[in-house]
Amino acid sequence: MSKLSKEDVLHIAKLSKLRLSNAEVEKFRGQLSSVLEYVGELSKVDTKGVDATAQVTGLTNIFDDDKISGERTSYEEIKLNAPEFEENAFKVPGVFDNN
Amino acid sequence: MADQNSKLYQLTLKKASEKLKSGEISSLDLTKAVFERIETVEPKVGAFITLTKELALKQAKESDKRRVAEKTLSEIDGIPIAVKDLFCTKDVRTTAASKILDDFIPTFESTATQKLWDAGAVLIGKTNCDQFAMGSSTETSAYKETKNPWDLKRVPGGSSGGSAAAVSADMCMAALGTDTGGSIRQPASLCSIVGLKPTYGRVSRYGVIAMASSLDCIGPMTKTVEDAAILLNILAGEDESDGTTLPIAVPDYQKSLDGNIKGLKIGIPKEFFGEGMDPEVDKIVREGISKLKNLGANIVEVSLPTVKYALAVYYVIMPAEVASNLARYDGVRYGHSKAKSEKRKAKSLEELYIDSRTEGFGDEAKRRIMLGNYVLSSGYYDAYYKKAQQVRTLVKRDFEEAFRKVDILATPVSPTAAFKFGEKSGSPLEMYLSDIHTVPINPAGVPAISVPAGFTSNNLPVGMQLIAPQMGEEKLLNVANQFEKIAGITNIKPEL
Repeated sequence: MSKLSKEDVLHIAKLSKLRLSNAEVEKFRGQLSSVLEYVGELSKVDTKGVDATAQVTGLTNIFDDDKISGERTSYEEIKLNAPEFEENAFKVPGVFDNN
Repeated sequence: MADQNSKLYQLTLKKASEKLKSGEISSLDLTKAVFERIETVEPKVGAFITLTKELALKQAKESDKRRVAEKTLSEIDGIPIAVKDLFCTKDVRTTAASKILDDFIPTFESTATQKLWDAGAVLIGKTNCDQFAMGSSTETSAYKETKNPWDLKRVPGGSSGGSAAAVSADMCMAALGTDTGGSIRQPASLCSIVGLKPTYGRVSRYGVIAMASSLDCIGPMTKTVEDAAILLNILAGEDESDGTTLPIAVPDYQKSLDGNIKGLKIGIPKEFFGEGMDPEVDKIVREGISKLKNLGANIVEVSLPTVKYALAVYYVIMPAEVASNLARYDGVRYGHSKAKSEKRKAKSLEELYIDSRTEGFGDEAKRRIMLGNYVLSSGYYDAYYKKAQQVRTLVKRDFEEAFRKVDILATPVSPTAAFKFGEKSGSPLEMYLSDIHTVPINPAGVPAISVPAGFTSNNLPVGMQLIAPQMGEEKLLNVANQFEKIAGITNIKPEL
């Protein structure tokens, strides 16, 4: 289970929206496999009936009124960091390939 | 006067604050002295990504004006502080030591830094760190190597290596760091300073670039335990912008420093003194524990049997959260993007995402994103992610069980002193194993502190880790302060 194939690496790269060279596929295959082998240790622990912990201090959901609080970031400010910004909107290429 | 100024940078936050209060020095004197120090030693150390001298001098002058008008804001008014480049600072470039945020200038301020400025602190600059706080040596920074001030051939630790080096080399009075699996405590240990990771949720994470949200903590990195208490007083508290902050009143941590520790039970978890420990580090930590015994503490051996799985828990949960948190870097709203590239513009949205992320992220970020997406992917979720969350429960219970028997746990911070550049960067797993003693604390959400304990025969610093139950910061700081006094090495500085 812990030894990744080349196809596994390409699949998780795709899920991660990353492009890998052939050399990188090999490099990450080895490195990620050794980490997965290490974390595979967890299968030895008996966790029958044990709840999962996601929030460690025991706080539960906190709800806010549906009101805008504080200052709103201005379009001018947003534009400062935006790669492409037009008419108060982020500009991106089409969802589908334009070719 | 010049001679006196040249030593101002060595002051602790507390001492500097007293001298400001008495009128002996001004914030401008102090800030200028710190920048003179930076000019001398920063070329050797490389602790900062961005220096904010102009802003600092302005803030210092404003602080001095407030003092004259008797409108001083707090004990840290006018004190020069460095901030890890993971905290968003309004109008000041914030990179997370990554290329994907190379030109990012936040339009908002993190709660932690806002609290510092509201208290009158002076921003010296933004410190280097591992990229997105992922690493234990600051070597994954996309910008520069930060050298350990005690041995320039060695790493300062990480991920808050720049903050640790800056405090250690007297380039600021104190610094802020973040700690997801040891990123405050391990560099503090390797650089002979104090590093405090508070209880999860004690300090707001709002505006701090997220790594693993169920583990990330923010804390002070200081010259003394007392300075850490002063900063925690300012940083701690509920924040409506961070739903995980605890709705519990903040005590005056400075008042907890001088309690008698006679009869206090200090647990020594045997699992933290096993294989892979450098014998010199082991000896220094054990000597440290003897010193606590000499102060009247009862030393009790305890066992946390599930802790040996904590690093495995961490390397499932952390990458899973990283994969989610770093999905936001897509080249659309900010950061490195192929949308504006003249040369080869992305043709589709998918290509924009892939090109921007592939170019913008370093290898360590890519590794963790891919690992996270693997453990979360269909077919593996139960075997890895859910399993890790269940074992996390057992790790947390181990700590709860131990704290039914003892007040504080004492352990090493890191199995070795500072290592050399490149020594571990070739093998991610080996680098991950260097966090074996700091990582278990984060899944359990408990507070822990690294306090300087001694030096190896190579004159490399070694820290001791003290751990308290959740919300046990007062007891933790008290024991740490007593230990710091008896260890008596606070004034030993690196030669630069």
